[in-house]
Amino acid sequence: MEAAVVNTGTEGKTWGGGNRPLKASYGKMMMWFFIVSDALTFSGFIASYGFSRFKFIDAWPIADEVFTHIPFVHGNYPMYYVAFMTFILIFSSVTMVLAVDAGHHMKKNKVILYMFLTIIGGLIFVGSQAWEWKTFIKGNYGAVETKGGQIIQFFNKDGERVALKDFALPVHTERTTQQKNTGIWYQKEKSLPTVSLSEIKKGFLANDNLVARTQYLDEDGKPIVLSRQESVALMNNDAKGVVEGANLIHNEYGHPLFADFFFFITGFHGFHVFSGVVINIIIFINVILGTYERRKSYEMVEKVGLYWHFVDLVWVFVFTVFYLV
Amino acid sequence: MAHDNHNLAIFRGKIKFKNNQQKIWGVFILLSIITIVEVALGIIKPEVLTHNHLFSLKILNWIFLTLTVVKAYYITWDFMHMRDEVKFLRRVVVWTAVFLILYLVYMLLEEGSYIFDVYKEGFIKFNF
Repeated sequence: MEAAVVNTGTEGKTWGGGNRPLKASYGKMMMWFFIVSDALTFSGFIASYGFSRFKFIDAWPIADEVFTHIPFVHGNYPMYYVAFMTFILIFSSVTMVLAVDAGHHMKKNKVILYMFLTIIGGLIFVGSQAWEWKTFIKGNYGAVETKGGQIIQFFNKDGERVALKDFALPVHTERTTQQKNTGIWYQKEKSLPTVSLSEIKKGFLANDNLVARTQYLDEDGKPIVLSRQESVALMNNDAKGVVEGANLIHNEYGHPLFADFFFFITGFHGFHVFSGVVINIIIFINVILGTYERRKSYEMVEKVGLYWHFVDLVWVFVFTVFYLV
Repeated sequence: MAHDNHNLAIFRGKIKFKNNQQKIWGVFILLSIITIVEVALGIIKPEVLTHNHLFSLKILNWIFLTLTVVKAYYITWDFMHMRDEVKFLRRVVVWTAVFLILYLVYMLLEEGSYIFDVYKEGFIKFNF
């Protein structure tokens, strides 16, 4: 069939088409544009986190007091575990960029090795994040919520944090978890806290050594600890419920929005890491099968590499705004 | 990007690596040092840095934010090969993101502190 080609008379001119002024392939450029748009999405989340934080700037939880755990170790170690996670992610970025480099030199076995290490790093990171979520949800000391939704945490006079179960005194009650068949409109309730509010109140009033700490911060950025008298008044007048751990509605560490943003932003980032691992595995299999050897170009590795580095880039910012600042 | 045509100098040419692998490890060491400094500062929290403010933000937080941007620069420039791309691809990606993000962050932080003032100075009783 005759091709219906019309000469435009612009062949060879700048506007004649076929130019690649950015000297990047279509796929790579689209990956960059996707990354820009995804970066804007994350900025939206992080900026709204900043908005809420500035809105409650005098009552925001201190990250050092929230994330204090290391797996298999007891004690108070702020920051160390999340620093470890950061290193894992940066290191998996390094192996990724080494894989890209090996791809440029068409060294298949090196690409396989480095991509494998990258995938392992990604899995360790996702696993660590899951563990961090578990610890955060489970909670540590427990707290009492007031009628206004403020969080009260308990300290002894030496300034040490005290867990609810350590001072609550037993009160004889018949309160049981409401089941679906006994509830109004067939609503069941979530499991009851391990200690009830009346037990906490009784224990708190009986022990003169305990004081309450509010979620409000003083000029030095430290939460305000009430005197014994103020604490007793607060417990008697305003205490409303027991909070153990954190979910989207209640948060024993302080303002519920902190937990909401933590779940949302680290969750969204974790989902990116997870999808990055899946994409990496797909490309990894292709590398083993020799697809890119036949294609004579490992550019696909470079494209997933871009995505993987972007995930690392986002983590750098999440790390700063959630754990450092 | 030509395959063996990497720009191997960082720090405005002060450090020049022999090949691309070396540059990758060099950048990794740089990023690790920055992270270690950040974590150390986050744990120690020197009083000099937390009690002094610049534009109503703690000096410590300025340091954290600056180091974050430095880290982001090296990840983008060396791991994502931005250093080797054409100038206008760099500008298309970086300027778009930077200007939009600065605008967004400014608006939201400004409004956030406005609402904080309303809660604090206004007639809403919040503390009960």
